[in-house]
This record gives sequence, C-alpha cells and structure tokens, in this order.
Amino acid sequence: MSPTPNELREIAKVIRRDVLTMVLEAGSGHVGGSLSAAEIMVVLYWNVLRIKPDRPAWEDRDRFVLSKSHAAPALYAALARKGYFDVRDLLTFRKLKSRLQGTPDAQRTPGIDASVGSPGEGLSIANGIALSAKRGGKGFRVYCLLGDGELQEGQIWEAALTGARHKIDGVCAVVDRNGLSGAGLTDEIAGLTPLADKWRAFNWHVCEVDGHNVEQLLAAFAEAESTKGKPSVVIANTVKGKGVPFMEGKAEWHDRKLTADVYEEAMKALS
Amino acid sequence: MVEMSLADVHHRVVETEATVRGYERGLVELAERGTDMIVMDADLGASSGTTEFRRHFPDRFIEFGLAEQDMLGVAAGLAQSGHVVFVTAHGMLAAANAWDVIRSTICHAGLKVIVAGVDAGFSSGGDGCARQSLEDIAVMRALPGMTVIVPTDAVEARKVTLAAARIPGPVYVRYATSRTPVVTTDMTPFAIGQGAVYRQGEDATVMACGVMVYEALKAARQLEDQSLSVRVVSCPTVKPLDRAIVNRAAVETGAIVTVEEGSTIGGLGGAVAEALAQSARPTPMRIMGIEDRFGESGDHEQLLGYFGLTAREIGASVREVVTRKKAIAAGQDTGVPE
Repeated sequence: MSPTPNELREIAKVIRRDVLTMVLEAGSGHVGGSLSAAEIMVVLYWNVLRIKPDRPAWEDRDRFVLSKSHAAPALYAALARKGYFDVRDLLTFRKLKSRLQGTPDAQRTPGIDASVGSPGEGLSIANGIALSAKRGGKGFRVYCLLGDGELQEGQIWEAALTGARHKIDGVCAVVDRNGLSGAGLTDEIAGLTPLADKWRAFNWHVCEVDGHNVEQLLAAFAEAESTKGKPSVVIANTVKGKGVPFMEGKAEWHDRKLTADVYEEAMKALS
Repeated sequence: MVEMSLADVHHRVVETEATVRGYERGLVELAERGTDMIVMDADLGASSGTTEFRRHFPDRFIEFGLAEQDMLGVAAGLAQSGHVVFVTAHGMLAAANAWDVIRSTICHAGLKVIVAGVDAGFSSGGDGCARQSLEDIAVMRALPGMTVIVPTDAVEARKVTLAAARIPGPVYVRYATSRTPVVTTDMTPFAIGQGAVYRQGEDATVMACGVMVYEALKAARQLEDQSLSVRVVSCPTVKPLDRAIVNRAAVETGAIVTVEEGSTIGGLGGAVAEALAQSARPTPMRIMGIEDRFGESGDHEQLLGYFGLTAREIGASVREVVTRKKAIAAGQDTGVPE
C-alpha cells in the first residue's frame, strides 16, 4: 500500500514544515539543504526502502546513510512521521541529552543506520555495509544521500572507485544537486559540471532526474535496483530551500537562524 | 601485576624479528580458529604482514590501494555488520590521513575495527620523516574509546593481535617493519590494559613500550654496576594505561623515566605524567622520546642512537631523576632542570 504521487507530495510538505519547526525550536540548524532533500527522503522512506519502523534493527532491512549529515532535520522528520519515535521528540533536536543530535548518531536514534558527521565519509560506509550484505548473501540494499558540496571531498571519489571496482550493485547513491554549499555555487567553487559524466567515467550507472518530481525519483530508484554489476547514482537536480520562495536558490539559507517572523512567513508558503 | 625475570639480556645473543611478523602470525591464527574476519591493506605489499593471510584466505582479504580514508570508512560499514575487521595501513596514513574517518565513523559509533599501523616509529628507516610514525600514539590516544597498543616484540605482537580481536571497540596497534630484539617468550603473559614488571628495582623505574623495552632492560643492567637498582616496566597498552603499575612505581621507587619511539608529546610519557600529576604522589620524571622534531633518513638502529633512544641515554636520565628525588627528599629541589 504505497502512497500515490499526490500523497507523497503532501508528505513532503509535512516534512518541510517539520524541518522549519525543528530549526526554529533548536535555534540553529540547516534549513536549505534539508528542504532540497524533502522529496528524495519521502520517496525513499515511503516507497522505496524495505523497512519495519516497529523493528528498527530488523536484519534484512534496507539501509540509509545520510552522508550529507547536515540535512539531519529532514531525516529525523521522516523517521518520526514513519513512526520510529514520537513526533514530539523533533522539538528536542540539537538540545542537551536529545536523541536527535546535530548529525545522525546510530547509537542514540532508532532508525539511524550509520553514524555520520564529517562531509565526504558516508559513501564508504554504505559500500562497506553493502559488501557485507554481499558476503552474507543478504539481499538488502543501501541508499546513501550525498550533497553536491561534499563531492568536493576526495574520499567520495575513492569510494566511487571502490564501488565500481567491487561491483557493489547493492548501493544506490543519491546526489542532492542543489548547486549551493554554504560558501556559494558548488560549480564556481569546485567545477563539478559535467557531473553525470564524472560518475559514468568512474563506471557507475547514472540516472539524472528532477529531484522534486516524485514520479521521476520513483522511476530512477527502480532503474537503479534493476541495474546489476555496477553501483548506481541518482543525480537529483534540486533547489536549495525548495518550497519556501524567499529561501529558494539562496546560499545564505544554508544554515541561517530562523526568527519567529521568518518562520511564520515560511510556514504560510507551505500551508 | 605480572612479574617475570628475563635471561640476562646483556650477555645473551639476542634474536631479532620485526613485530609485523607477529601481526602476520596472529591474523592467520585467528582465521584458522574460525574468526569471522576481514583483512584490508592499503598497497603495503610484502612489508605489511598480510601476505600469509591473503595467500591462505583470499576471500577474506581486500586490497584497497592507496585509499586509506575510504578503506577506514568501508571498515566501519563492515564492522557494523558484525565482522572483525583488521585494517592495515602505513601508521601515519592510518592515524593521520584517515584520522577523522576513524574518529567520526568508527570511534563515535563504538565500532570494533582494529587499525594496524605499520612502519612504527623509525622502522621504515631510510624512507625519511614522511614515512616514519612518531605522532601516531598521540593522535590515536586522543580519540574517545580508542585502545592503543605498542607491542614489545614480535612474540608479543602475535598475542596483541589475538587479544585485539576480542576488544569490543576500536583498537590501534603499531607494528614495526624492521627487526627489533625479541625479549618475551610464548610463555610471557600478556593482557590488554596491563603493564608488566620485567625487572624489579627500588631506586627508580623505567617505563617503556615497543623496542625501547629492550634498551631499558640493558640500561638497568648497566646501572646495576653503578649500584643503582632500577625497575623496568613494560607498558604495551598505552591506553588504557595501567595506572596501578604506575602508582606502585611512584610509591615504591619515587622516580620515573618513560621512554618510547615516538613524540614526547602525548605518548606513553604524556599518559604517565597525566596520571602521576593527578595522583597523590607527583613524582620526579623524565620523558624520553622524539622531542618536538621530525625524523630523517637513516637505518632504524642509527636513528634510535641519533635521537638519543639508547640504553646509555636511558641510564643518564635515570641518574638525573634519582638525583632530583634525593634533592627533593633533602629539601633542596631545584625544580625542573634547564
């Protein structure tokens, strides 16, 4: 009983509102890159991942690694709305003794499959989990969400070599290609274009989609799963701050603090 | 406390072997016992100690090439699925190049990954400073939950490898690639977190790890001729430190010299000093090692001599701390020497 595309779009709105509320309440946090990932997160958690929220440690579940760990608000919102923990817990984000740390902590939060914090490190972990599944004859898949800013880290490209070298087809990377990092345009800073060609040159199967179009995302994940003998990457072209017009495409909303006024205005746009 | 007496190291012909050979034997032994393990290597070739393992158990071995950060990340992924993962890399490339991966993805998650830092200390000799591992102990010690071990010799290195596989969290072990004296035997007890008294003494204690244990024993033998009774304590586990053995040395001998083949900042000496400074009995101390310098090319033994890590220099340090101990007892302490 998977949600319809229209339902997925509605859930994405709920996630966006949760993100804003969490960041307002916390007094800090990363709004822009959480909003850009909303549809990706919703399509994965509501339609793609084989998971049992009432059994977070279920051995055969699909895994998700949030390599762009600053988008933790979007992930926590998805986990709460899926029932991994109480939605009210979202208000404890970034607070002392909270299970919802600034970046994902597998030892504290039900539903988090890997502790990640530093940029560029998640894809290696995803490869390791998938290699282990392969060795153990397990069929689960591992999804890893990358930011395009963190593609500037060298370790990502070491991991890209490893994924192809070991033909880790159980891994599906997703690049939240919102084009902006905290410092500005990722293409001006590091020249990522042509990004699809780079991944192809590393022997990955590439699907490039509109990362806010749930139908395209669903099709891309299906294509990735049916691709054998090599890992896949979904390049999801997104807009940073998506859903809140005055935040869209603006680098300053990477991690700017929300005021009550800004929050009200943003929530109106998402009503 | 483990007590033992060694053959007179001064007079017997000393057998030598690289501690990395103990790693090699330990890995094969673990696999033969049926351990669910995976061994990785970062392009170290024959020097890394993984040769025998990869020959006998190719399906449990992954050659990563020169990609230490990715290798440690993959190790985190494998470890969280329950495998015992041994990651083999040049000491500083593991400890420093991949430090944040070890910190953020392995230690923070409390994962059981054994990092084998090869080319310990000056053991890569002629390669020069970039390839020598002198700061690895300091940076690994700083990581929460990390166990740090410097095997005394090749015989102990095997035991360390076996024991490391039983530690629930992350471990860093440094192994030397050039031959060093073998001072322990298969019968010598080894336990993680425990030091061992290799020679009893009352006037001062030398605490050492790795190849310096042998030099410390030689120094104690030489000082005996000068009527100084020196205790020698081997401290292979730098973290967690055996505080009991440190405190006993302070109380019973009143003067301590530490010696290690690594930086004097943050290593075994640092650990002992931190423990003593906060104990009931702060004790005159001398920390021997590489003093805020880089290494340079030379052969292993030459470099130890050049950097003052010899029995003779240890002897001089012991005389110095004993003099200070006596001055303090007589109320004439002059403070830290210039």
